[in-house]
Order: sequence, then structure tokens, then C-alpha cells
Amino acid sequence: MERAGSVAYGTITSEIRPGDGTPLEPRLVVTRRTRSDLWFRGTAYSAGTVVLLVLGLIGLFLALQSWPALHYMGLRFLTTPAWVPQSQHGHPASFGIGVAGIGTVIVAVIALVVAVPFSFGAALFISEYAPRTLLGVLPFKSALTSVVDLMAAVPSIIYGLWGLLVLEPHMIGLSRWMSDHLGFIPILKVPRGDSIYTGSFFIGGVLVGIMLLPIVTSLSREIFSLTPVAEREAALSLGASRARVIRDVVLPFGKGGLVGAVMLGLGRALGEAIAVATVISLSFVHNWHIVSPGANSIPALIADLFGSGGKLGREGMLAAGLVLFVFTLVVNTLASVVVGRTRARTR
Amino acid sequence: MTMSLGRRAVGVPPARPITAGREAGEMVAEGVCAWFGKRLVLEDVTLTMARNEVTALIGPSGCGKSTFLRILNRMHETIDGAQLAGTVSLNGTDIYGLEQRAVEVRRHIGMVFQRPNPFPAMTIAQNVLSGLRFNRLRVANPDEVVEEALVKAGLWNEVRNRLKALGGDLSGGQQQRLCIARALALRPSVLLMDEPCSALDPTSTRRIEQTIGDISHEVTVVIVTHNMQQAQRVSDRCAFFLAGEDEPGRVVEEGPTEQMFGNPDDPRTRDYVNGQFG
Ligand SMILES: Nc1ncnc2c1ncn2[C@@H]1O[C@H](COP(=O)(O)OP(=O)(O)OP(=O)(O)O)[C@@H](O)[C@H]1O
Ligand SMILES: [Mg+2]
Repeated sequence: MERAGSVAYGTITSEIRPGDGTPLEPRLVVTRRTRSDLWFRGTAYSAGTVVLLVLGLIGLFLALQSWPALHYMGLRFLTTPAWVPQSQHGHPASFGIGVAGIGTVIVAVIALVVAVPFSFGAALFISEYAPRTLLGVLPFKSALTSVVDLMAAVPSIIYGLWGLLVLEPHMIGLSRWMSDHLGFIPILKVPRGDSIYTGSFFIGGVLVGIMLLPIVTSLSREIFSLTPVAEREAALSLGASRARVIRDVVLPFGKGGLVGAVMLGLGRALGEAIAVATVISLSFVHNWHIVSPGANSIPALIADLFGSGGKLGREGMLAAGLVLFVFTLVVNTLASVVVGRTRARTR
Repeated sequence: MTMSLGRRAVGVPPARPITAGREAGEMVAEGVCAWFGKRLVLEDVTLTMARNEVTALIGPSGCGKSTFLRILNRMHETIDGAQLAGTVSLNGTDIYGLEQRAVEVRRHIGMVFQRPNPFPAMTIAQNVLSGLRFNRLRVANPDEVVEEALVKAGLWNEVRNRLKALGGDLSGGQQQRLCIARALALRPSVLLMDEPCSALDPTSTRRIEQTIGDISHEVTVVIVTHNMQQAQRVSDRCAFFLAGEDEPGRVVEEGPTEQMFGNPDDPRTRDYVNGQFG
């Protein structure tokens, strides 16, 4: 029997009696919602709307407040490296995120390079290899899971202090080793025998990477553990080793979700302020040598200089904030598109 | 083809390798017990699954049939807290011997699960070849392997023109036959089937029963089923499992299917096969 056209959501085609000449038309079906359903729907809808509204208002606030600075600098705001929001020695005020904007990306990329492999490894270990208990009593797996989650709850400033006092001294040796042995890679070279190695993009990025570990680990562990048992068992019953199961079942299943986890980490890395501001030496010159001192990022810039530079300085800060806001929104939107695509393809 | 030996424990004499290949294998379980955590769910099961025969495991829900089946190909140990006792041998070699590796044992003892579980993101052909891939076995003629396995599983005619379609896009009955083909592509000497037709329509069920008949000359089949007619139709021998309240499952009676259904020794078997039981 031929069904009429496509069926719209919420309607069901009427039964078609062949031969009685009536045109085939879907019949309108109304789903009456119960009161509790209506109430719940209303609450959910308004909560969702409020979130969007707040997001929009934040954007609007930033745009309005930063308008004078943006108007003053124009597009040069995006390219000007210096941050001099008050006229000095006869030079007019001039400021922008030429260095900070790129620096934000550099810090985030280094952070992801550090965080992603370790996080995936740790997540795979917890979900695939760690025994549920040690010696039959100690709850090993759940303990690991909680430790990772706890790490995510440590405040940024603590990471910042730890980074400055503990991590940085330890990273100097590694930085030196990298510039000595991998110096043929331009970004790892150190100019003019500069051999301090502190306050660099590298150290800032590694620190942010460490801060990302718990969240990326936690998300990807969750994703790995969602792999259908039936598929795992199918692979095992065909003689697959655990490594095979991971490669051919767990990872393909988790693909989309993993992209999402990384993107979420990226969002955090782009926005991390306090920890980065604590360890880097703020610099307003483009520094492509990531292990040598001198770094910058929008959030660190804001954390360091907010409140200085008078009215225009303040407005400039908000303009920098607006750029960061738009940037993270774009990254997250792209992330959801990518996640949606990968899921669709594996289905 | 012989099975290569895995890691060998110090002081343990090398066991006879499991011989496998085109030939069906004989499985013998002796004194098999199983625990989940501290709970004993299966006690002292001794059963011979003879070469080229179809053995049906029957019994009420929860009596340990699946557990027993999963002990036969070392899937039981993949569950946290699962333990077992007794010996299981394939062609005279203890599959739980210290020198045996579970992955290799499983390669020779295939399994079909209650719910079809093809790899949804792999194509039909990739699904069939997945076992070879997992075991890094290379074949010169993958297309022929795919065809042969699909023919044996009775799926070839339906999918021959769309081998590149995804495994998840088949109907439930087709998926189950794909899973059978996937298991057969590894040329196992034993095929374990856990209620393979419970999610299927009568036509697919018939199709799979026919498949079982067709393959039984080259692979020993052990099948769990709740369907008494099916047990009668496909099996040569039957084992009746039963668990009392708060007691582990045991084999009450086993023997040739005809006898089990026509003239069983134990009254409980008679009641069960006649549908007068729990
Ligand atoms: N993963 C598990 N953890 C703990 N107990 C389990 C587990 N799997 C099975 N059991 C228990 O072991 C006993 C035997 O289960 P099993 O699945 O082998 O029964 P079955 O005979 O296959 O039943 P059915 O016919 O319903 O499939 C049951 O009491 C069940 O509760
Ligand atoms: Mg079962």
C-alpha cells in the first residue's frame, strides 16, 4: 500500500482506503500534553532561553562598553602589538591584541599538544585496563576516577603558584634541552644565546596543558566507557586483544565525542587567565621562540593590566574580552558541527 | 594449521597445541563450576560436545546456560569478579592451560550472541573479515573468504550486491546471519550460539536453523535455546540445566535429543520439555 508523502513530526497519516476517491492527505493528530508535562516543558524552555539570553547580554554588554576603544583604534586593534592606552611623550594612545591574540592561540595549542595524548592515555587506562579493585578490596578504578575529577576542582591560582614555584624550575632544563637539540626547528631556537628559559609560552602552555588533563581525561573516560558491551564482546570473541578492541571498537565509537572533549579543552585553554598570567613574563613583541622568555595572551593581559590606563584602557580591555568571547564562541560552534558530523558518519 | 603456544609458565611442560582447521573439534567440560563474585552459579558440569554434533543446552532462565557457554571460549573471564573451576578441553588440550592465550582460544571457538552485534560502522565485507584482521591473519583472496562465509551463513544472496553497505543497516535476522558469517570466516572448530534466534522472526529462524544443519559437518555447534521445537529440530544431543532456588545450576540430564524428548530418565526433564515447568 502506498503511503502519502512524508510524515511530519507529530502527525500520523490517516488510514488510506483505496478506491474511495478521497485525496491522500495526512490527518492532523494533536498530542495533548498532560499538565506535568506542560509544566516541565515550560521550565525547561525558560531555563534554556535564560541561558541564551545571558549569553547574548554578555556579548551586548562587552560590545557596548568597548565601543569607544574599538572606534578609536578601528581594525588596527587586532594587529597593534603594544598596549599604551594613554598618550605618552607626545605619542597618541595606541593599543591592540596583535601579540596577545596570537599568544592566546600559541598557549592553547601547546596546552593541547601536552594534554591530549596524556589524557587519552589516562582515560584508556582507567576505562580499559585498570582493575576494578586492587587485592580484591581497594576500589582502584573508582578511586582513580575521583582523583582525576578532584584535580579538575583545584583553583587556577593554585596551579599558577605551583607552576611558578615548582613547574618552572623543572621546565628550564627541558627547555634548554629542546633548544640545544631541537634548535633546528625555528620555533625552538633561542635568539642571541638567551638562556633564561623562564616566563615562556612553553611553560605557560605546559601549565595550561596540565590544567586541562583532568577535564579532558574525565570526558574521554566517560566516552570510552559508553562503548557498547555487545561490540566489545563481539571483538573479544573473535580473538581480538585488548589493544585491538581499543583500536577497532572503542576509538571508532568515541571519535565524535573525543573531538568534543578536545574542543572543550581548547575552550578552557583559550580562556585561562590567572595561571598563565602568573608564570609568563608579559611581552608586547612577537616572540616566535616558544622556549625563550616573553609571552602574552588575551586573558593574561586582562588579568595583568585591567584597571590601568584610565578610561580608554578599561574600554580596550573589554574590547579584548569581546574578541576572546567571539573567538571561543566560534570554536565551540565549530566543535559542535564537527561532533555532529563525525557521529552522523559513524551511524 | 596448529595453534602457536602463548607465554609459557616456567616449569610447565609444553602442552599439546590445539589442533584446528577445517575440522570440527571435540569439546569436553569436566567438573566445571562458575562464580560471580562469591556467588556460585554453576556446579560440577561435565559434558562432552562431540565432533560434528549439534549440542543443545536447554533449561529455565537463570540456570547458567550462558555462563557455561561463555566458559567454553574463555569469555567468562572478561567479566570482573568472575571465576571458574574444572577443566575444558578442545581436542584434548586444556584451553585454560597456563600456556594458552585466551585470544587464540577464542579464535578457534567462535561465538554468536543472543542479540546480533555486528560492527555498525564497518561494511558487511569488513564485518566478515574483522576476525582475520583482529588476529592479523592475512588471506590472499579476501573476496572469496567473504563470499564463502556469507554463503555458509545463508546471507550471500541477500547482500551480494551491497557488500559495501554498513553492517548496522541490515535487518535483525540478516545481522545475526552476518554475525554467524563473521564467526565462520575464522574457520573455528567449534561454534557457540547463545539463543541466536531469540530476536528473530520465524523465517530468519528457519534460515539460521538450516545454516546450523549445513555447517555442522565442519564445525561442532553448541546452541542455547529456549525453544523446544528448535532444540528438537537442530540438535543431536541435549543437556538440561536446572537451578534450584538459591542453588547453583547443574546438569540434570543429558543424552541424545530423541531420548531427552521422547523418554527422559528424570521427571524434571520430562516436565520441562513438555512445557510443564516454571
Ligand atoms: N555478569 C554477571 N554478574 C553477576 N551475576 C551474573 C552475571 N551474569 C549472570 N549472572 C548470574 O548467573 C546466573 C546464571 O546466568 P546465565 O546468564 O548463565 O543464565 P541463563 O541460563 O543463560 O539464563 P537465560 O536463559 O535467561 O539467558 C544467574 O543467576 C545470573 O543472575
Ligand atoms: Mg542466557
